[in-house]
Amino acid sequence: MSDAPATPASDALAPAQERAPGGFSRSALGRLLRHRSGSLGLVLTVAFAVLAVVGPWIAPYGPAVPDYTHLAKGASGAHWLGTDAFGRDTFSRVLAGARYSITIGLAATVIGAFVGGAWGLLAGFLGGWFDNVSMRVVDVLLAFPGILIAIGLVTITGPGVGPVILASAVFGIPVFARLARGSTLEVKGRAFIEAANALGVKRPRVMLKHVLPQVIAPILVYATLRSGSTLLVASGLSFLGLGVQAPAPEWGGMLSDAQLWLVVQPLMAFAPGIAITLAVLGFNLLGDGLRDVLDPSVGR
Amino acid sequence: MLLYTFRRLLQAVPTLVGVVVLIFFFVRALPGDPARLYAGTDADRATVEAIRQRFGLDRSLPEQFVYFVGGLARGDLGRSFRANMPVKDLLARHFRATLVLASIAIVAATLLGIMLGVAAARRRNSALDLGITSASVLGISTPSFFLGILLIYVFAVKLRVLPVAGSVSLKGIVLPAATLAVASLGTIARFARSSLLETIGNDYVRTARAKGLDPRRVINKHALRNALIPVVTIVGLQFGFLLSGTVIVETVFNFHGLGWLLIQSVEARDYPAVQGLMLVFALQFIVINLVVDVLYGLIDPRISYE
Repeated sequence: MSDAPATPASDALAPAQERAPGGFSRSALGRLLRHRSGSLGLVLTVAFAVLAVVGPWIAPYGPAVPDYTHLAKGASGAHWLGTDAFGRDTFSRVLAGARYSITIGLAATVIGAFVGGAWGLLAGFLGGWFDNVSMRVVDVLLAFPGILIAIGLVTITGPGVGPVILASAVFGIPVFARLARGSTLEVKGRAFIEAANALGVKRPRVMLKHVLPQVIAPILVYATLRSGSTLLVASGLSFLGLGVQAPAPEWGGMLSDAQLWLVVQPLMAFAPGIAITLAVLGFNLLGDGLRDVLDPSVGR
Repeated sequence: MLLYTFRRLLQAVPTLVGVVVLIFFFVRALPGDPARLYAGTDADRATVEAIRQRFGLDRSLPEQFVYFVGGLARGDLGRSFRANMPVKDLLARHFRATLVLASIAIVAATLLGIMLGVAAARRRNSALDLGITSASVLGISTPSFFLGILLIYVFAVKLRVLPVAGSVSLKGIVLPAATLAVASLGTIARFARSSLLETIGNDYVRTARAKGLDPRRVINKHALRNALIPVVTIVGLQFGFLLSGTVIVETVFNFHGLGWLLIQSVEARDYPAVQGLMLVFALQFIVINLVVDVLYGLIDPRISYE
């Protein structure tokens, strides 16, 4: 299970010593578009994001509509990617499933990055006992392989879309917390923060106006890199039967059903499997590209 | 060195305490009544109560916690509800399978990963480099449950050369080990490639080249050794992730290791077994990180231990 393909949180993730202010400029986008694999990642990611919105509308059949006269059939003019064990159109299910799988993956990453980022920023900025306790808690969370935390949480909350988002978000929180704390500590030591403090700028303002903008770029890059593995964990939960439940067309769950029918109709497994792989590939390539363009020292 | 190892061990203690507390409360937070599950649906109240008492589930949480920690201190992990045997024996029975599986996978991923990464770095920007880098990122992006199903389809259904279900046998372990190895292989190859490229940019490599050494020799003798030092860290971390990856891969191949056992135990609300398994997974992870840290210092004498 590739639940953490990128380099995990470590000091290697600390931001570069000097970075031009306002990392996401137009030139950054231009450089990303000239970045060969990065631009491919951008295209794939945008395509899947669009699919998550329009997928259910452009699907030729309803994703849960059975056709008992066409069970587990191969590709045909009427069913481009064949049908599943209930005669449901596989192509339509993959299209409609984008809304589940992509939304869950993105939502979980955003929540994980936001909560973990805020936590790490606070811990690094405040220091003292709060920082100490926070980092011990992060140590404990990181002592468990990520997917175990997700499996544990989703077992407590029960199956469903919300629980999968929550579980996959928590999977990322300790990593983002550690990354944000590291960046915050590094920024805190720089001269312009000292200057702001000396000028009597209020502490919350220093944190939000001066530290936060410097910390946000590495978090954004890492969030993009991380969204691929988050999608893998989320669909993995559904594959294990702990996540989104049938008949919802979530890709991981579809693969789990399809494994039983592998001998009869392999298309049932190939279609959602290729969909997940391409989506994760898109996120990974985009993340690599962003890192190269914005900040070569993040998560090498 | 010894002092550093010792201090590193001490640092792991508070983490371990946190792990034990977290596991205890996690298992108690699971929905469902283990006593009722154990007794079966048609058992009467008295039977369920008797089972509750036998497992010590009628006691208060603090009492259960003291009992759990006391047991741990004696090396007793309790008795599995589902398998009706000591958790220690249950874990031992499934541990070997997972260890063999993960070890084969990490050895294969490391050897192949370093070979591919070095080959790609040697011919930077060539077709070979592009091929290896693309294959690596594809390997990282493919979900293990899809890759496993794909391999089953090709080798078990179509070619009929390997069995569908995995087991600790020469033939039975090939597909699950390959599935498990691919993502780590991609990560290690990418890391080895970038590490070697970075080393080649160093002054001493340029000096070696400038004095007219054979370019192959420069890489093999000078650059490679230094480039592989950070790879040790990534291999260690990958081994940790690999062990947790067994949860999904073992489910795909119905391979009866620790990961498979975890899913079975969670479904049966087998508190003691889940506790024991979580503890084993966390312990493995902590120990691996510790070993990597110490190993790193042994390989690279430049690292100081203050």
